[in-house]
Amino acid sequence: MTEPDLTAILARHHGREGPLLPILHDVQAAFGCVSPEAERAIAAALNLSRAEVHGVVSFYHDFTAAPDPRPVVQLCRAEACQARGVESLVAAAEAAAGNKVRLATVYCLGLCSAGPSARVGDEVHARLDEAALVSLIEAAR
Amino acid sequence: MSAARPTVRISDDALALACGADGVAAAFAQAGCAVERVSSWGMHWLEPLVEIDGQGFGPVTPADVGAILAGTSAKAIGPIAAHPFLARQQRLTFARAGRTRPLSLDDYAASGGWQGLDRARGMAPADVVAEVTASGLRGRGGAGFPAGIKWAAVAGAVGPRKYIVCNADEGDSGTFADRMLMEGDPFQLLEGMAIAAHAVGAQRGYIYVRSEYPHAVAKLRTAVELAAPLIAPFVVDVRVGAGAYVCGEETSLLNSLEGRRGEVRTKPPLPALSGLFGCPTVVNNVLTLAAVPHILAPGGAEAYAALGLGRSRGTMPVQLAGAVRHGGLCEVPFGISLGELVEEIGGGTLSGRPVKAVQVGGPLGAYIPPAQFDLPFGYEEFAAADALIGHGGIVVLDDSADMGRLARFAMAFCAAESCGKCTPCRIGSTRGVELIDRLRSGAPEADPVAALPQMRNAPKAPRSREADLALLDDLCETMQFGSLCALGGFTPYPVRSALRHWPEDFT
Repeated sequence: MTEPDLTAILARHHGREGPLLPILHDVQAAFGCVSPEAERAIAAALNLSRAEVHGVVSFYHDFTAAPDPRPVVQLCRAEACQARGVESLVAAAEAAAGNKVRLATVYCLGLCSAGPSARVGDEVHARLDEAALVSLIEAAR
Repeated sequence: MSAARPTVRISDDALALACGADGVAAAFAQAGCAVERVSSWGMHWLEPLVEIDGQGFGPVTPADVGAILAGTSAKAIGPIAAHPFLARQQRLTFARAGRTRPLSLDDYAASGGWQGLDRARGMAPADVVAEVTASGLRGRGGAGFPAGIKWAAVAGAVGPRKYIVCNADEGDSGTFADRMLMEGDPFQLLEGMAIAAHAVGAQRGYIYVRSEYPHAVAKLRTAVELAAPLIAPFVVDVRVGAGAYVCGEETSLLNSLEGRRGEVRTKPPLPALSGLFGCPTVVNNVLTLAAVPHILAPGGAEAYAALGLGRSRGTMPVQLAGAVRHGGLCEVPFGISLGELVEEIGGGTLSGRPVKAVQVGGPLGAYIPPAQFDLPFGYEEFAAADALIGHGGIVVLDDSADMGRLARFAMAFCAAESCGKCTPCRIGSTRGVELIDRLRSGAPEADPVAALPQMRNAPKAPRSREADLALLDDLCETMQFGSLCALGGFTPYPVRSALRHWPEDFT
């Protein structure tokens, strides 16, 4: 299954200007990571060295080398959300997440007037208090 | 209450959705109302805001629907357009906010859309550039470089092809105007890009949006599809970032678009002469490009230039965020004082406690104490006060804020987001975190590196507090003047301002 999908992704972006980031996004979405094997195939398709592709994969926070099957809850901990008290929620959030949910820090979801805010998939949540955040994390797992 | 149910207007902006707008919309639909999803007025403390025949209600939950339809709701705020938060604003870039459906070409055309592009296409490109120059429009991303001069450089440059790149990598905490514009009025951005393309002779455009904005990406992609025939032969492609803050810097954004690591490029060459794929490129912020259709409308340039203060012309979409009572989008002409923005329009702090500080311009902006609230909003005025307006975000902090911790956060943020290309930023930020930790721990310990046996000439006694402060100042100086881009170069602003105004928070 792995090989045909990757080929299809590469074919979809064939001939685009600057195709590497769009390809990596699609690979990350389809496989949950950009594996060393995928890096090799992408490098071959784009006439790059594997080092060049790996350099890009490792630079950006959105790409990971290995899949993490846990659901992700992104919690904004930038200044505006700090001003609205996000740091006092972190301990409870970590406890609720345990090992079942990956609680990731994000710097700004652009909801700065209504923090603390969090993102699960493409859904965003604002005005979180401890109870709301904990139930959000529990619903994710 | 009449039998016919009214049309209800509710925003589908990400912030409204995050506050539960979809549930409210579903409840009104359930009650038999026609629901229109419009852009957000920018009064975020009232979201989800419901509008019925010009009357506003907010913040609304599904439980309020019955009372609103019966006319007995305590959430009524009266006529929205007359709300004091809006009455003090002058909306040009955000003229459609709250009033139109974001992806309706009919709404866009009916509210003056495409007038600027139609007029521009009837003009010589050089005349378009001249009007943008005459309007005094400056780059809204933070640097404040005159847009017309940048365009003129690209128009005069020679290259196999030219590009318009829209910087929509709005990573600063406390800013959301780009997001609101992309989600609320995407056609205006596309119109501005098409005008820029005509002015400089570009064939292709890219919008580089951060991946933290999935709603903006979806709206833009649909808008590009819908508007493609109207902006042709100019072609726009939406590209998604990958979580790197530094890609908001224009040269690292170009590297990222090309499919490279988002590392900063040295300048020169300027992107205007050698930008995307080595071709002449206009790189402008969302708000800069979105201001252009208004400027190119008949009489727009003079009207724009007539507003403002000193060399800061026109309006700035200011974003009130953090622990502010009335947070949201506030577009005002330059020249308004910081105090008016925070205390009068913003209504002070959410908690009612005194304001301790505001941070203007994102994580790289200085912390400003209330004693300086008479500072007028303008590029030069802020620069003279060792501050920057950046992208126009204002994060309000009440007196529970710990400025030492925030200064440490500034350094830690720089360390996490540094692209790694230049040493002052890559290493200086980590050393900065360590130094602030030493200062705040209060009990000076011998530097572990200095204590190593091979460090023969290093002092073995712990450094004094004064020596640590001098070292931090020295480090800030090195980062400020030795870094390649604004990330390392401006991180000292929050650190130094916090240290200057609140030294007691560093003990």
